[in-house]
This record gives sequence, structure tokens and C-alpha cells, in this order.
Amino acid sequence: MSSSRIEAHPILSFLRRRIVRFSFNGEPIEAFEGEMISSALFASGHHVFGHHHADGRPQGIFCANGQCSQCTVIADGIAVKSCMTAVKEGMRVQSCDRVPELVPLDRPPGFVDTEIVETDVLVVGGGPSGINAAIELARLGIEGILVDDKPELGGKLTLQTHGFFGSIAACHAGTRGMDIGRLLAAEIEATGRFRIWSSAPVVGIFHDRTVGIVRDGHMYVLVRPRALLVATGAREKALALPGGDLPGVYGAGAFQTLVNRDQVRSASRLFIIGGGNVGLIAGYHALQAGIDVVGLVEALPSVGGYKVHLDKLRRLGVPVWTSHTVVRIEGEDHARRVVVGALDRGFNLVPGTMRSMDVDTVLVAVGLTPVNEIALKARLYGMSVWTAGDADTIAEASAAIFSGKMAGRAMALHLGASTDVPASWRRTAEVLRSRPGRATEARLVEHDLAVQPLVRCFQPIPCNPCTEVCPVGRITIPSGDIMDLPVFLGEECLGCGRCVAICPGLAISLLVRDADPLHRTAQLVLPWEMGDSVIRPGQRVVTVDLEGGKVGRGLVLAVRNHPDHDRRRMVLIEVPWSERLDVAGFRIREPRQGTRPRGTARDPETIVCRCERVAREQVVQEIRNGARDMNQLKATLRTGMGACGGRTCGELIMRIFKEEGIDVADVEPGTIRPFFEEVPLGVFAGDRGEEG
Amino acid sequence: MSRRTTDVIVIGAGSVGCPLAYFLSAAGARVMVLDQHASPGRGQNRAAIGGVRATHSDPAKIRLCLDSLEVFSTWREEHGDDIGWKMGGYCFPAFRDREQDILMGLLPVQKAQGLDIDWVDAPTIEHLIPGITTDGLRGGTYSPGDGQVSPLRAVNAFARAARHRGAEFHYRTRVTGVETRSGRVTAIKTDRGTFSAPVVVNAAGAEARQVGRLFGLDIPVTPDSHEAGITAPVAPFLDPLVVDIRPGPEGKTSNFYFGQNSEGQIIFCYTPSTLFAGDNSESLSEFMPVLARRMLSLVPRLRSLMVRRVWRGLYPMTPDGSIILDRVREIEGHYLAVGMCGQGFMLGPGVGRCMTSLILDGRPTLAPGVFVTLSFGRDFGAKKEALK
Repeated sequence: MSSSRIEAHPILSFLRRRIVRFSFNGEPIEAFEGEMISSALFASGHHVFGHHHADGRPQGIFCANGQCSQCTVIADGIAVKSCMTAVKEGMRVQSCDRVPELVPLDRPPGFVDTEIVETDVLVVGGGPSGINAAIELARLGIEGILVDDKPELGGKLTLQTHGFFGSIAACHAGTRGMDIGRLLAAEIEATGRFRIWSSAPVVGIFHDRTVGIVRDGHMYVLVRPRALLVATGAREKALALPGGDLPGVYGAGAFQTLVNRDQVRSASRLFIIGGGNVGLIAGYHALQAGIDVVGLVEALPSVGGYKVHLDKLRRLGVPVWTSHTVVRIEGEDHARRVVVGALDRGFNLVPGTMRSMDVDTVLVAVGLTPVNEIALKARLYGMSVWTAGDADTIAEASAAIFSGKMAGRAMALHLGASTDVPASWRRTAEVLRSRPGRATEARLVEHDLAVQPLVRCFQPIPCNPCTEVCPVGRITIPSGDIMDLPVFLGEECLGCGRCVAICPGLAISLLVRDADPLHRTAQLVLPWEMGDSVIRPGQRVVTVDLEGGKVGRGLVLAVRNHPDHDRRRMVLIEVPWSERLDVAGFRIREPRQGTRPRGTARDPETIVCRCERVAREQVVQEIRNGARDMNQLKATLRTGMGACGGRTCGELIMRIFKEEGIDVADVEPGTIRPFFEEVPLGVFAGDRGEEG
Repeated sequence: MSRRTTDVIVIGAGSVGCPLAYFLSAAGARVMVLDQHASPGRGQNRAAIGGVRATHSDPAKIRLCLDSLEVFSTWREEHGDDIGWKMGGYCFPAFRDREQDILMGLLPVQKAQGLDIDWVDAPTIEHLIPGITTDGLRGGTYSPGDGQVSPLRAVNAFARAARHRGAEFHYRTRVTGVETRSGRVTAIKTDRGTFSAPVVVNAAGAEARQVGRLFGLDIPVTPDSHEAGITAPVAPFLDPLVVDIRPGPEGKTSNFYFGQNSEGQIIFCYTPSTLFAGDNSESLSEFMPVLARRMLSLVPRLRSLMVRRVWRGLYPMTPDGSIILDRVREIEGHYLAVGMCGQGFMLGPGVGRCMTSLILDGRPTLAPGVFVTLSFGRDFGAKKEALK
């Protein structure tokens, strides 16, 4: 198998899977059975999947989530989304370089009737909110159907290698998202009250209060629920910038899918746009997968994500530039360089600040949008519909868990069960949805103890597992409010390291003060999730402070397991006594600032609508000609006419209206119609050949 | 509120109103178009599938559509913008005596009107519709001069061309009342002010009846709704727009039709055997399974087409299935171009020319004996058209 597979990872475990052989443009390729074509192509070094029929520009992965159609390839003669189609033994895959040919007739038709299913509950989305809603309903004896478009339940939890925030009791805090996903999936399956349809996307919702679902790619089923829960999560916001349509520029969620689910090292040199939690975590995941992270820019003066996530990245040596933007992405057939520049307070580029960096992948992590079109239509049609999780309000997965539980109870009430939504749940849900508070000044208190924790938790976020694991109860939040900061009370520390092992923010380390009686050196126990091959005993490292500033040098003494935590290591490091309170980590890469951009190349085109290859300039022209209706842009430019139905370009175009000085309230929104994804005509017909 | 003055007010910036505004302004008239929506074609034009044929059985429609075909087919060379014109013809295959008799029976009338249409044998049909089921195929009619156009692009092109010639389009402007003096229309009141003109045309499509009431008229136009859909593009393989006039064995369809547009997308529609009355234009779950089975029964290889979008639109129907083009005798200066019965898009340019000639020169483009069949005062209880 090829070298673009991740073969060692500090967190992920590797399943042995059967190998299948397929071909891409005639080249034989090995893949894992059940793997999506897109991942198998990435693993074998193919990043360009085709060329757009309109202008011949290269295309590759963009959403990796079945939402766009950038990754279309021809598999055994049929145009398919490579991110949603599994490879099969002997499959002949070809790049999609022109409008595909209609497949010749291979068999006569045979029809089966479309099944119509009546049910009490339909839960759309098997992520944290959907599953928890179903669990609550099942506990109250209510039966239903839970559908998810992916082969495995868990939603985006399946991509999360990091530990969760929140509290252990409420939402498994400290446990890794991918493990929580498995726990929840097992729990709903165990109830036996929900039929679980995986690989079953909802493709349409109709005026007759009916939901259209495609099961396993070939069975069209109509479901009529008495109560509908839309727990469809979020989609990533896109960004229109020069060169932003090149292969190698894609969403952070797509990246996590490739790396954490499919275990493909999809990049070598990564750059990230956006300093929310999604971008920060993607950077961390990249480093865990052995991918270099060249830098991260955030247009605002400070990052929006948790400070602990930001600091994790900075300590490892990743430069994070706030008030900066990517001016353009360069490359012929693939992203090769980013040019970044500083922004002033009015978000204008500061002259003379542009720097160029060689990269091969640029992640777009500029926020999430609720996937709410199903809910909007359901409400319009007078259905009894609820929303939960990101489809309702964008927040952390811990909040989604709670919002699902609450929706489940509310639906049960609607269906006549005797239950309620506890007021304490509402409070917890509110807390878990809280935005991070303002960071306080870093302040550590040293105690006269042989060993003590250094708790570097300086930004209020809803999180408290450290207070739940200390065996002597010396770490506590004095106010009892999960949004407040934990403190070490002193007097006693067993040095057990449980706080170090559980803190999802990697913000707690141990200071061993008595290792050198002469106080020339001190020892620190630091949490470590970057893999054993990166760090070895005897190695000298560049030590850094909490925020990644260089402190000095340290010597790695040992790398240990913690009994409470199978995949987080404890690194014992020796540092000069004077630096004992400053050192919070060490670098694995040297941060660099880039070089001045080469030449004065004209900016590449800024594509807004990827499906139909519509440039920003064309949209601006129509707006200046008086267009105030998204439907009119669709009619004249074809924006939103493509496979994605405007889900990528819609917000980008609204932003252009704003930039043109138009009040968006004056802009007529686009019309949403079925289908949410493309479905073969034969599936609607129930054409299953001899079976029919 | 403001008051604006012009020569002609057109109510409705749709399939009929936009080409009418274009021809009026091209002839030198000052035109204002009023529409409640935010842009052209947001009534029912958005729902049209874009088939344009002159092969009707009603002489008026034949004449008007021949005009339309001329306008559509020459638009690009005259105006530069691509409206998606594709001359692929229309093809009506026949599998049974009943359909063969209907189609053959119409040929003499159609030929007498000078239409390029003929009966072709089964092998020719197989060539025209690659992959068609040949079992029982008798042959069919084929009219190579018919074609397809993008309704969305065309309506915007007409609006743009009209604007370049001085027409004003007032969107998000709802007509609320009429001012008359001595039996003559003088102005239209809207929620955005009053517009004065000596001539007002009702081209309000599915809402023609509501607009008519403001004039004290009862225009017998009632909408029923039809669904349509479109696939992802495939390489060109199908020239004609195909119409299968057999009722479906499922008992829900009285015919269906599909074609490949200039983008390579297959666009399709059926006529429900029980019509959905009313103005609801949200999609129903029944449509796709029924339509897909009909399409695959006729052309099985269409199974791999990826269906992208479906929608529902309204047919503004008259009791006799013929359109209404007329000068209203009771209200001087008031004209009707309504009741297009689902064919407003293909009729639009022909109607635009005809009404322009009527309004500015006092005589329609149609012969008097033909034009009278479209009159507002006709007996709507008379016979219906053989081939709609």
C-alpha cells in the first residue's frame, strides 16, 4: 500500500481491512474494502479527480461530505461522487473531464413499488444530538426510525480524536469524540426501539408531509412521520478568494474525514484559514497525523476558538497570525503557495505585509452553517418538527448531546408520553453552548510541595473534569460554576497525574520540585498526544511557555503511559530551576514567517459558484445591473443551478451583495426545492432489474 | 406617493409580459412593466420546461408559435445573448392504433398551415430517440423545426433588451387598483405609487383573474398545477423533445414528455390525469416515482440519469383550452394577453408581436378570422383542442 496512508498515529487505532484492487485512468491502485473512492485516490497520491467541463479547470475534494459535486469521477461508466462511493474490486474509475456520457443499456428494467412507511418518529441525523434524542424517546417506549447518510453512526464525533470538554456526568467530558460516538451508537441500537438506517440520506421533503429517503444507494423509501427531528448538523462555510477553487483547498471537516476516518495523510504542508475551534483542532489533528502545519490565519484581532486549543498549536511551533488573511492561493493544477497579508482594523490589506509560503493544502475553516433546509420545508408544510444540535444552533458537540436529549423529551410529550424536559437540562444546555469568556492574566501559585499541578486554565469555558478526578479533592472550582476557572488549593498532591491525563485542553502539567535537592533543575510532567516516534528519552527540546514563546532548552527523561488514559502520554522533562514555572511545552517544529511573494503575478480568478464556474466579477456585474434576487442570478449566471443547489455559493453571494453596499434584507433569497442530493432516475423508478 | 407616466403599462414581467415589453419598446413605445416579484419570470416562467413548437392543431397557436420560433432561433445572432436555443424538433412516438390515429389525423391540418411535420417509421424513431423501447413501436410524428429554449435565460434576455430600449421594470410592485375616466383606463394603483398610462395590458399569467377583478372583469382563467424536473447534464444524445401521449398504466398520467436542453440536462414533466387545482407550487412525493417509471418504461437506459431538481408550476387554464388575446371592449385602452394554458413561454414572443401590433397599429398579426377565436367574449363552452 502507498506511503500516503497514516501508519502510525498517537490516537487512532488501525483496523486490518481486506485489500481490493481498482484502477484510476488505467493505473492499478490498491485500496481498503469499503473505502470511499476519494480517500483511496488520495492515498495513492491522486488529488486531481477531473476537470470542469465548462472551462477545463482541475477539480478535487472539497466537502468530502456528499454536499458538493467537486469530487465527481466516472466509476464503471457512471458519474458518482467519489467521497460517497465505496471502491469495489475491479472497479474502473476514470477522471471526469467532460460532461459524462449516458450509460448504455445493460439490462431490461424491472420495477418494485416505492415503499411508504408510517412511523411515530423520524430522526434525521445519527450524530450526538440525533442519537441522544432517539435514546430519550426509546426510554419512554416510543419507536421510530433513525436515518443517517453515512455508513456509520456518530456524525462528526467519528472524526474527533480529541477529548471532550464539559462535565463527565453530562456529556462524557474527557472522553474522545470518536469513542463517544461509538458508545452512543451502541446505546441506541441496544434499545431495540429504533430502526436504524445508515447510508440513508434524506433527499427530499414534500408538501404531502412525506420525507424521501434513499437507502443504501438504491432503495427509495417514503416516510410519513408523526414527529420529525432534524438533527442534520452543520455544513462548512466556504470562502471565495483568488485561487480558492484549486484542488488542495478544502474544508477542515473534509480534512478530518480524510485523516481521522480514512487514515489518509492527505497533505504534507498544510495552511489553515480561520481560528475557530474547527480550524485550531484541524491543525492539531494534522500534526498528530504527521502533517506539517505551516501556519494559521485569522482575520479578526483574536481567534474565536478556545484558548487551550490555540495554545496547544502555538506550543508545538505553529505560527498563528491574527488580523491576517490569505490574499491568494497560487498553483497551476493544485495549491502550491499561499500569500498572506496583514489586515488593518477596517479589514483592508496593509501594504508591504505580504508573505508567501510553500504549502500543498489550504484548509478553509471559516465557520459553520446549520443544515436546516429539511426543517424549513417541514415547518412550511405544517409538520411537527424539531431541530437539535448544530442544525438548531452551532455549538460544541457536548451541547449537541444535551439539545438532542431535550428535543427527544419534547417530542415524547407531543406524542402523548408522560414526561417533561427538566429545567436543569435547559440550564446545562445553555452552559454548554456558552461562548468562551475573556482570558484572565496567566498566574501560577507555587506551593511548598514536592510535587504539584500547574493549572494553566485561564479562559472560562464550560469544562470541569479536572475537578472530578483529583483523588484528594484539591482541584476545585470555588464557585461551583462550570464556567469558572479551576484552582489548585495546595496542601496536598499525590502526583498521580490524573488531572494531567484528563484535561481536554492539555492545560495541566505537574511540577516536580524535589528531583534535584540543589534546585539547579526541576522536572515537569507534560501531557503529550503527538506520538512516540516524535519524542524519545534523551532528546533535547526547545521549551516554550503557555502561548508558545521560546523559553530555553529541556531534556526529555521519560515518556510514560498513564493508567487512566491509554493514548495520552506523560512526558517527563528536565528544565532549569529558574524556568520551572514558565515551561508549558516544547516545539516539534520551528515557526517560520515566510518569504516575500515572488513576482507580481495577477491574482487568479475568484470562483464563487464551483458547480457552474461562476466568477465573483460576473456576480458583481449583475448586482450593479440591478439584480436583487438570488433566483435572477441563478437564471442569468446559473449560480446555484449545479449539483449542490447553491449550498456553497449562497452565502458567498449574499456577502458580495453586502460588499456592494446592498442591504441583504432587500435581496430575495433563493428558492429551496427537492432534491438535497442527486438521485438516479432508476432509484426513483424502483428499477431493480430481475428483482423487480 | 409618486406618480409616473408612460405610454403602455404591462402587468406581469413573465413569459408574455417581457417579450411584449421588448416589442413595444422596440417599436418606440414608452413601457412600464409592473410585477409583484423581485425579478423577471418569477411567476410561472420559472417553471416552464422550455419546449417550443409550432406543431399544434389550433391555427392561432400555430401562427403565434411560428413567430416565437423565429424570435427564439435568431435571438443570439441579433442580440448576442445565449438563450439556450436548440433546434432538435419534437417527436411523438406511437405504439397503438389510438395514438397513431390521433397523430396521423392531425397531419393534414398541420401541413395545411405550412408546418414541417411528417410521419416517420419506427427505425427513424429509434434513431431520433436512442434506446427507445421498440416493442410495438409503430413510428411517430417528427417536426424538425421545433426546439427548446431556456425559459429563465430568455425571459431575462427579453427584459434586458426591453430595458435597453427604454422600458422600465418595477419589481416588488403589487397592483392594487385601477383608475378610469369616461370608460377609459388612465392609471394603475400599486403599493409603490400610481402609474399613469392610456394603455394597460393584463399579462399576469396565473394571477390574470385577480388582476381582472380590479378592472371589474371576470376573466375565466383558473390555475392547475403540474410538476417538472431536471437532471444533471450528460453528453448530447437526444435531439428532439419527446412526447408520449399515452395515458399511463398507473392511472395517474395522461401523457409525459422530456427533452435534453442545450446544457445537456434532461428536463421532464407529466400531465396528471386528475388535475391538481389551485395555486400550490410545492412538490409532491408522488411525482418522481410515477414519472421515473414512465420514462424508464419508454427509454430504459435513462436509469443512470441523476435527478437534480423538481418543481411545480401553474397552468393558467381557460375553459376551452385556448388562450385569450383581446382588446377589452368595455374599458378603452385595456388589453388582455392571458390564459396561456401552460404554453405562455412558447407563445410569448408571438403573443408579444401580435399584441404590439394590435396596440400600436390597431390590428393583430393574426388574420381576423383566426384572432376572433381568441377573443375574451367568445363562447368558452365550445370544443377543446385535439392536441394540446
